[in-house]
Amino acid sequence: MEVYYHPADLGKFAEMGKGNRELWEKFQSYYSAVFAEGALTEREKALIALAVAHSVQCPYCIDAYTQACLEKGSNIEEMTEAVHVACAIRGGASLVHGVQMRNIAEKLSM
Amino acid sequence: MGLSLKARANPLSSASEQLRILSNSNGFLPFEQKMSAAGLFPLHATGITVFQINVGKLCNQTCAHCHVDAGPDRKEIMTRETAELCIRALAQTDIPNVDITGGAPELNPHFRWLVEQARALGRHVMDRCNLTVLLLNGQTDLPEFLARHEVEIIASLPYYRAAQTDAQRGEGVFEKSIEALRKLNALGYGKEGTGLLLNLIYNPVGAFLPPRQEAIERQFKRELEQKHGVVFNHLYTITNMPISRFLDFLMATENYEGYMERLLNAFNPIAATGVMCRYTISIGWDGTLYDCDFNQMLEMPTGFGAPQHIRDFDAARLHKRRIVTGNHCYGCTAGAGSTCGGSIT
Repeated sequence: MEVYYHPADLGKFAEMGKGNRELWEKFQSYYSAVFAEGALTEREKALIALAVAHSVQCPYCIDAYTQACLEKGSNIEEMTEAVHVACAIRGGASLVHGVQMRNIAEKLSM
Repeated sequence: MGLSLKARANPLSSASEQLRILSNSNGFLPFEQKMSAAGLFPLHATGITVFQINVGKLCNQTCAHCHVDAGPDRKEIMTRETAELCIRALAQTDIPNVDITGGAPELNPHFRWLVEQARALGRHVMDRCNLTVLLLNGQTDLPEFLARHEVEIIASLPYYRAAQTDAQRGEGVFEKSIEALRKLNALGYGKEGTGLLLNLIYNPVGAFLPPRQEAIERQFKRELEQKHGVVFNHLYTITNMPISRFLDFLMATENYEGYMERLLNAFNPIAATGVMCRYTISIGWDGTLYDCDFNQMLEMPTGFGAPQHIRDFDAARLHKRRIVTGNHCYGCTAGAGSTCGGSIT
C-alpha cells in the first residue's frame, strides 16, 4: 500500500458490510434517515456534514459532501462559510481550554 | 464573448468525434445494456404531445455548457420554407404543445410568424428564451408580442447569484437576465391569475447533478423575490448532457469519467420510463426529424423506418416509433431524471 487514502476507496465503502451485514444495514438505514429532509432541509444537512467532514478531516467525507452540497443547490460561498464554522469551533475549542491553563497556572503560581 | 467550438475548429464540434468518445465505454456499461437489464430496451415512443422546433444555432450568447454549440458565429437557421412545412405538418395533427428552441429562437426572422401560426391552430406555444435576447436592439417589443400571444416563456437561469450564472453564461448575463425578468413580471408574466407562464430552467454550473426540483425551486423563489423582486411560476431542473461544449468542459477539466460514472450510478429506471423522447418529436433547422434535441446535435435522426424529414411527416408512423439511443442518454435517466420540462420523478 503506497498511500493510506485512495479516492477510489470511497466507492468501496459498502464492502464494510461484508464483515457484518446486520450492523452495516443498520448503519445504512440510520444514515439515510439522518440525511432525509426533516426539520432541516437536505441542503442544510449536507452543509453541516461538510463542516463536520473538515472538522474530522476525513478526505472521503470532504469529497462526498462537496459534491452533495453542490447537488443540493449550495454555492461555494455558503460552503466556504460552513468550513469556517468548523474552523472557528475547532480553534475556539483549543482557545477555551486556555481557561483551564489559566486556572492551573493561577493555582500553582505565587 | 467566446466563440463556438465550430468557429474554433475544435474536434468536438464534430458529432462523430463526440460519438466516438461517448461510445468508448471503457469502465461503464453501454446505455442499451443498462436499459435491457432494467427491461426497458428497446425504447418506443408513446405518442407525441410536444412538437419541438429548433429554428437554428444562432444565439447572442456562447454559454459554456451549450449542447447546441450555439453562438453569434453560427449561421445555421431555419428558412421560411421549412417553417411552413412545420406548420403544415402540425396542422395535420392534434399535438397540443409547440416548443420553440434554438440557439436564441427569437433571432430567427420567422420566429414570430411561427408563433402566430401555431397559436392560430390553437396550440400551446413555449419559447425557450435566454432572457438577454429580450434586451437586444430590435427585440425590445418581444415581451409584449409574447404576452399578446400568451406564449409560455421557459427561461434559462442556472443560479440565483451572478457569479455562478455568469461563469456559465457569460459576464454580465445575470444582471441582464434580472432586468429582462422584471420586464416580463411588469407584463404579468410569472404572476398568479394572469395566465402568462414564466418558468425558469436550472442546470448545474459544473460536473454534478441537479438538486431535487422542489427544493431548489423554493430557494430560487425566496432569493429572487427577496433580493431582486422577481417572481416566476415554476423552476425546472435539467441535467447537463455530456455532449458538445459541456463535453469539451468535461474533457478539459478531466471530469469526463467521473461525470459518466455519476450519471451511471444514478441511473433510475423510473426516470427512464418517462424520458421526453417518448412523447416528443424534434425538428432540426433543416427539417430533419429527431427523437430529441440532444440526438439532433449528435446528428442521430429518427431511425428504424420512421420518417426522417418534416416534408414526410406522418404522425401515425412516428407515434410508436422506436427511439434512437446512445450513451449520452444516461444524462436523461440519472437521479430524478431530466426533460425539457424538468425532472421526471
